[in-house]
Order: sequence, then structure tokens, then C-alpha cells
Amino acid sequence: MSPPQASARLAMPVVPSDPDVRDPQLVPGQKAVIRNVDFFYDTFRALKNISLPLHDKRVTAFIGPSGCGKSTLLRILNRIYELYPGQRATGEVLVDGENILAPGLDLNLLRAKIGMVFQKPTPFPMSIYDNIAFGIRLYERLTRPELDDRIEAALRRAALWDEVKDKLRQSGLGLSGGQQQRLCIARAVAVELEILLLDEPASALDPLSTQRIEELIAELKDDYCIAIVTHNMQQAARSSDYTAFMYLGELIEFDETERIFTHPTQKQTEDYITGRFG
Amino acid sequence: MSIYTRRRIANGVVMSLSVAATAFGLLWLVLVLWTLLENGIAAITPALFSQMTPPPGSAGGLLNAIFGSVVMTLIATLVGTPTGILAGTFLAEYSRGSRFGEVVRFINDILLSAPSIIVGLFVYELMVVRMGHFSAWAGSMALAIIVIPVVVRTTEDMLNLVPNALREAAAALGSPKWKVIVMVSYRAAIQGMVTGVMLAVARIAGETAPLLFTALNNQFWSTNLDAPMANLPVVIFQFAMSPYADWQVLAWGGALLITLTVLCLNIGARALASWSTFKQ
Repeated sequence: MSPPQASARLAMPVVPSDPDVRDPQLVPGQKAVIRNVDFFYDTFRALKNISLPLHDKRVTAFIGPSGCGKSTLLRILNRIYELYPGQRATGEVLVDGENILAPGLDLNLLRAKIGMVFQKPTPFPMSIYDNIAFGIRLYERLTRPELDDRIEAALRRAALWDEVKDKLRQSGLGLSGGQQQRLCIARAVAVELEILLLDEPASALDPLSTQRIEELIAELKDDYCIAIVTHNMQQAARSSDYTAFMYLGELIEFDETERIFTHPTQKQTEDYITGRFG
Repeated sequence: MSIYTRRRIANGVVMSLSVAATAFGLLWLVLVLWTLLENGIAAITPALFSQMTPPPGSAGGLLNAIFGSVVMTLIATLVGTPTGILAGTFLAEYSRGSRFGEVVRFINDILLSAPSIIVGLFVYELMVVRMGHFSAWAGSMALAIIVIPVVVRTTEDMLNLVPNALREAAAALGSPKWKVIVMVSYRAAIQGMVTGVMLAVARIAGETAPLLFTALNNQFWSTNLDAPMANLPVVIFQFAMSPYADWQVLAWGGALLITLTVLCLNIGARALASWSTFKQ
């Protein structure tokens, strides 16, 4: 084992500002607490003993080189990994005190309150209107005018309404990449949401669309607990309140974003954010 | 000779061979179509669509055979399409990577390339022998057995083309699996699936061997599915082999009719496949 990793081990748990992390229900403002989570692709251990909290109405960014497990961690939070046999997570993820990794949990109900937006825009092959209505209709019976209002509200929240209000009946696939991604965000926030997971939501977009998505994140964090995976360190620095740096399946450092980017305690973190990572 | 010159010569030779091979292949198709048109066009008269198959020496048409072909193709499609789509959905959405799924896929591929005469003999044993007589039901079942593997294969292939990201996005909204399949996967794959069904219909429209052992033939107008029923392929076979000139003309007409129908179905399937909601 190399010396930096040894020191990272010693630094666990890496939540200096929250000594009470082991009693998550007692800490106000923590929407979710990840505790001692391991993740396996068949026999490969992709995440090693991860523990950190996600604060409500705050943005937590996950950074790290490709393959460090940050997307994997995000995919645990709504258990989307269960679509694939051979993938499993151990440990605990407490959302409002309830362990969502517990067997027997209704995954559909869980996912209905934890929204996810993916790297590549994923509009469904249906109209813009139906794209948004899809999620709403799953759990609510609304009259037509109520549904219309909800769809308009969702599109407004995603800053897309003005661009699509005259073509709600057209295919969502006809929109530009940036518009499609905002459609996906609108689709996620159209339902009663508590946590929003963003898996590199802007990495396939041009700088202008990226900026719009970042502005959107800043607005949405007033209402949700947001977790974002990003390759872009400036994006993490700009739009998050907390940052977790991961490397080779381990959580190296977790702290307030400002401290991570100005006074990282781990050498690996410093090397990575200053671009000296080899 | 420089490398570049040699490369250009090699390119020219291979290109010429490719064009020649394409022309050779197309030549036969053109010849078949031309011969059919030349000999069959004379038989395309109102009588062809309004009169029954005649005895030798008298005037007639192919109405009963056309009707029989349409009815049996329709029943076979109605039976084979839902079965094939459900099985293809099972393979693509529920049994990915499982041992059982691989076995089913392998068996389906064997069925896909099984000679149709085997299917005919199978249904003969299963239905005709037990019922004691040939029937349109047996003919329809034989054709349905040919439809199923085609639809299973195209449905599975088309569903496999639907990106997993789309399924994940739907599941991430809290959608149960069946709803992900019906609302998202099917919608994304529908054109390819319909194309597969049309190609299956085109395939059975001209099948002779399975009908020879099952529906056989009927010289008269019959709508009774429990009795032998006339159909174009078997009538063509019988009339074309006969020594009577007027029967042979009707066989040419029937052959042209089937070919045009299959051609239209194929063109329709092509048009549908290239017509895309992605271009809205």
C-alpha cells in the first residue's frame, strides 16, 4: 500500500465538521447518510467502505478520475444498479433514517422520490408533453387541466418552457442536446421529489447549455438534496456546497467545497484538484 | 510501381469484381420479374379476381385461391404475431444472460431456418392425421409456426437496440418493469417490430410445401375452415405442372400476383423502417 493511501485510511472517518455522523437521525440537515457501503460488480469490489452524509437543500459533488466509483455510488442511492444481475451493495444508506438498502423495500416507490438525470440525455420516444406526464401519471390521477399545470410548472422550473410551449405535442427527440437534458430534469422534478441525483449531467453539452444546467442546479437546491457526479472540477467548485473526492473506490476526502478546493487535507486531493494527478 | 499505383489498381480490380457480382445477382431477379410480367400480365383480368378455379378447358379465375391465401395468412399472422412478440420480449427484457434464455434463442434460430416442408409434415402428423382430413385450420397453424420464429427474432433484435439508458431513465422515475417495456421499449422499437411482422407475412404468402400437407386444395368456393381450402401457392403448383394451356396461364397470373404482393410488403417494410420519428 502506498503512503498516501495509508494516510487516507487513517483519516477515516473523513467528516471532521460532523462528529455525530454515526447518529445520522440526530444531525439536522442531513437528508441521507451513507454508512460503510461496499459495492460489487460480481466479485470486483468497486467501492470500499464509503461513509458520508448528504445534506438537505445542499449540493454534494463527487469528483475523481474515471473509474473511481463516483457514478457507482450515485447509482446505489436509487438502487438503479439492481436492473443488472451480478451487481450488489452492502452497508447502509439511510434516507430520513430508513435504510434503503434493506431487502424487501419497494424499489418503485423509492425511485419515485429520488430522481436521476443521466450523462446522455434520455428523452423517451414520445411527445414533450408525454415525456413529463409519464412520471406524474405513474403515481397520481390528475384531471387534464391539473396535469397541464404540472407540466407547465415542471418545464418552467427546468427553464425550458419558453422554448417548447408551442410544440408540446412534438417529439422530445427533436430538441437539441441541451434542451433534451433540461427536459430530463423537468421530467425528474415534475414528481414529488426529495433527492435529485445528477450523473455528469452537463458532460455531453456545450458551454452555454452547461451554464444553464448549473444555474438550474443553483435554483433547484432550494428544494432538494442534490448529489452530482462531475468530471469538471470548476463545475464542482462553482455549483456545490460539499465535495467528495474519490479514488480507486475509496473516499479520500469529504468536506465543504470551499475547504476542499483551498485547504485539502490529503495530498491526493491536492494533486488531483491542481491537475498534478498522474 | 509505387505503393500508391498498386493500391489504385487493387482498388479498381476489387471494385469491378464487386460491381460484377452485384449485377450477376440482380440479373436473375430482373429476369424472374420480366418473365413473370411477360407471361402473367395476360392473366390479370377481372375474371381472375371474380371466378373460381376452373376445370381444364373452361374459363375461370383464382378467387377461391386468393381468398384462401388471404384467410390462412391472416389467421397465421394473428396467431404468430402476439406469440412471437411476447417470446421476443421475454428473450430481450427478462432473460438476458440467463442460461434458459440462450437455450430458447438457440432453438428459435433452428426453427427459423427449418425447411418449411418439415413444418408441413409436423402439422400433418399433429392435426391432419388426427382430424382425419385436410383443413384450413391445419394450413393456418403450419404458416403460424413459420411466422413465430421470424417475429421472435426481429422483436428481440429490435428491443436489444433500445439503449439501456432509456430503460434506466424510466425505472429511475419509479416505473414498474412492465410499464418500462410497454411505454418505452416498445415505443422505441415499434417500427422494427412491425417491419419484422410484415417480412414474416411476406415469407408465408408464398409458402407451398407446408400447405401441400395441411390445407391441400379445393376446387370450389369454401369458407369452411374445417375443410380443405384453396390457396395460391398450391394452385400455382398444380396448374403449372398440368398439360393444359389455360391452367398454365392462370398459374402465371397467380405467380405474378404473389410476387407483386410480396414485393409491396417488402417495400412497405423498408419504407416503414426508414421512416422515423427521430426526424420530426
